[in-house]
Amino acid sequence: MTDTLDLELGSVQAEEMVLNMGPQHPSTHGVLRLKVRTDGEIVTHITPYIGYLHRCFEKHCENVTYEQVIPYTDRCDYIASMNNNFGYAVAVEQLMDIKVPEKVEHIRVIVAELNRIASHLLAVGTFGLDVGAFTPFLYCFRDRERILDLFEMLCGARLLYSYIWIGGLSHDLPVGWVEKTYEFLDYFEPQVEEYNNLLTFNKIFIERTADVGVLPREVAISYGVTGPNLRGSGVKWDLRKDDPYSIYDRFEFDIPIGTGVMGTVGDCWDRYYIRIREIEESAKIVRQALEQLPRDGDVHEALPKKIRPPKGHIYSRTETPRGDLGYYIISDGKPIPYRLKMRSPAFTALSCINEISHGWMISDVFAILGSLDIVLGEIDR
Amino acid sequence: MVNYFLDIFANVSWLAAMPSGTQFVLAALMTGLPLFLFVAINALIAVYAERKISAFMQDRLGPMGQGVGLHAGKWGLLQTLADALKLILKQDIIPALADRKLFILAPFIIFIAAFVAIAAMPFNQHILAADFNIGVFFILAVGSVGVIGIIMAGYSSNNKWSLYGAMRSAAQIISYEIPAALSILTVIMLTGSLQMQEIIKAQSGTIWGILPNWFIFNNPFTFLAFFLFFISGVAETNRTPFDLPEAESELVAGFHTEYSGMRWAFFFLSEYANVFIVSGITAVAFLGGWQSPISGYLDGPIWGLVWFFGKVSFLILVMMWFRWTFPRLRTDQLMRMGWKYFLPASLVNILGVGLWDLVVN
Repeated sequence: MTDTLDLELGSVQAEEMVLNMGPQHPSTHGVLRLKVRTDGEIVTHITPYIGYLHRCFEKHCENVTYEQVIPYTDRCDYIASMNNNFGYAVAVEQLMDIKVPEKVEHIRVIVAELNRIASHLLAVGTFGLDVGAFTPFLYCFRDRERILDLFEMLCGARLLYSYIWIGGLSHDLPVGWVEKTYEFLDYFEPQVEEYNNLLTFNKIFIERTADVGVLPREVAISYGVTGPNLRGSGVKWDLRKDDPYSIYDRFEFDIPIGTGVMGTVGDCWDRYYIRIREIEESAKIVRQALEQLPRDGDVHEALPKKIRPPKGHIYSRTETPRGDLGYYIISDGKPIPYRLKMRSPAFTALSCINEISHGWMISDVFAILGSLDIVLGEIDR
Repeated sequence: MVNYFLDIFANVSWLAAMPSGTQFVLAALMTGLPLFLFVAINALIAVYAERKISAFMQDRLGPMGQGVGLHAGKWGLLQTLADALKLILKQDIIPALADRKLFILAPFIIFIAAFVAIAAMPFNQHILAADFNIGVFFILAVGSVGVIGIIMAGYSSNNKWSLYGAMRSAAQIISYEIPAALSILTVIMLTGSLQMQEIIKAQSGTIWGILPNWFIFNNPFTFLAFFLFFISGVAETNRTPFDLPEAESELVAGFHTEYSGMRWAFFFLSEYANVFIVSGITAVAFLGGWQSPISGYLDGPIWGLVWFFGKVSFLILVMMWFRWTFPRLRTDQLMRMGWKYFLPASLVNILGVGLWDLVVN
């Protein structure tokens, strides 16, 4: 594609330049490669190339028992492992028709929501980093650290927990954990104000993100985008409310949607602000779940002796920090899954990148990519 | 300063016997070497300060150590020295497809541009390497030479990110030089001189007996000019929120992506030298340079150094504060700000200062 500019001096040839962004680049959030065609600084086309982190998750699952799949799910969306464990456990439990005790349900919701806060903190922080603000990133990490400390206390791991098992949990709550979590919430809830002051309502930040990379409602739905990215486009869709699993129907919380306060509905700012609002909502859920948490009960009570689901198949979906995470499991009655398919929300979010970023500048591509909050572990699997 | 040394030489018999050319070179070296040392020490201190200040702003500790040995010294005081040592020892990599000559030359041009500008910076009543009668003009002119080095670095690296960085940098520095020059023109209009010392001397005394007679307080237009100049200056130093040419999250490292070791350190040195120059010229033009804030008190040459470095340090602190608070602007937003807001505002400022001078004074 060449354009010819007729100037008085003669004719100047203007050519498009192809830029290879990644897989080694500071802001591709992992090992993503974007082939960007640019006209000056204007992006004309983006092709994402994925697969640099492909670890054959689905094929591995066909060779290990149902319990052994759990650590693999950790490594898919490694920023929100609890939610991945949760989704898988819910799917197999549905397949096997297991009823888990009340206490387990409550702890699962608590850890999943804490993990959602941690994941959104990372998303908010790295988004700030993508548009050039370094300090909010470290503020977010400081607070995320406290959540990781709570998880470490719970199961010994800080990133890949494998905490939620089929029919139960790996460990019961340690002594003093509930109090520590209350302490964390008391500390954390006012902190959101700080992020807002520092980043959300910063004039330069709004200039950089409002009206940029608008993902219209129809486009979002047609691409199958879910989670905060879809809600940023103004669609009120959250599985915790619309298709409640576990005990989410018992809690009071709002589903924030993008309203286009700073620009257009579905711009980068909206997608970003949804996450800030969801952090607050998740904190609310954690507080409610802690209040209702039954103090006694055995978390290993409902663990099946042998995991051998009956013949059949199940598609179960849960709301992770990135959107609808679906597990499609086919069982042929053996202790290993016949087939396991994961529907990754980050994959669908990435697929619309060309749609929403062509015509913007190179700097905006990073803002858009950051606002989609992708995790390559989950895209490549 | 060179003339000062030449006067001394003329009085010492064995030195006076040397040819005048040798005498001049010797005097120039005696002036230049301390300046060079100053640039290096300035960078050492500024990097340490930047690390510690950013750490305090970000709720971290920054570089820390327990003592001598392999630690970075008490409170990490030796961290920058250790880094300098590491940079000297690092392998010097020149990409195979780079334009070797330009690649090697570029860091020096950038460094020289920054280094030469310090020659016209008055540290106190007496310490000033060269008291030109065109001091302000000289600093502004030399400051733009750095762009050539940046373009050379970006072009010769044979890297697309570097090229983008260089293109952005050229556009940015040229756009912000105009409002910077126009806003400092207001000061020159009031002083009637381009000489740095003259500008500072014009700022002695008080306004209404309370405020020091610095140009920032002189009239509303110079007050505005101070902010215009300082912000344009920050834009010229390529620091956040105007760090688009380097933009680590976008352009990897911009125009110096391919540089490593000592060559990279020269970019670093000149960045901090530029920070010092912008703060220094702002302090001279608007904050009274070495003048004491309380007119008539504590205004000896030693105090002059204290006031000058105090003011400069404060402005550098503000620049670091910017860097660790703000996100980065986008190229078109940066250009819009420069050409649509800063340029007209500084033009109006000139008119305003002219009228003020005519009516009030």
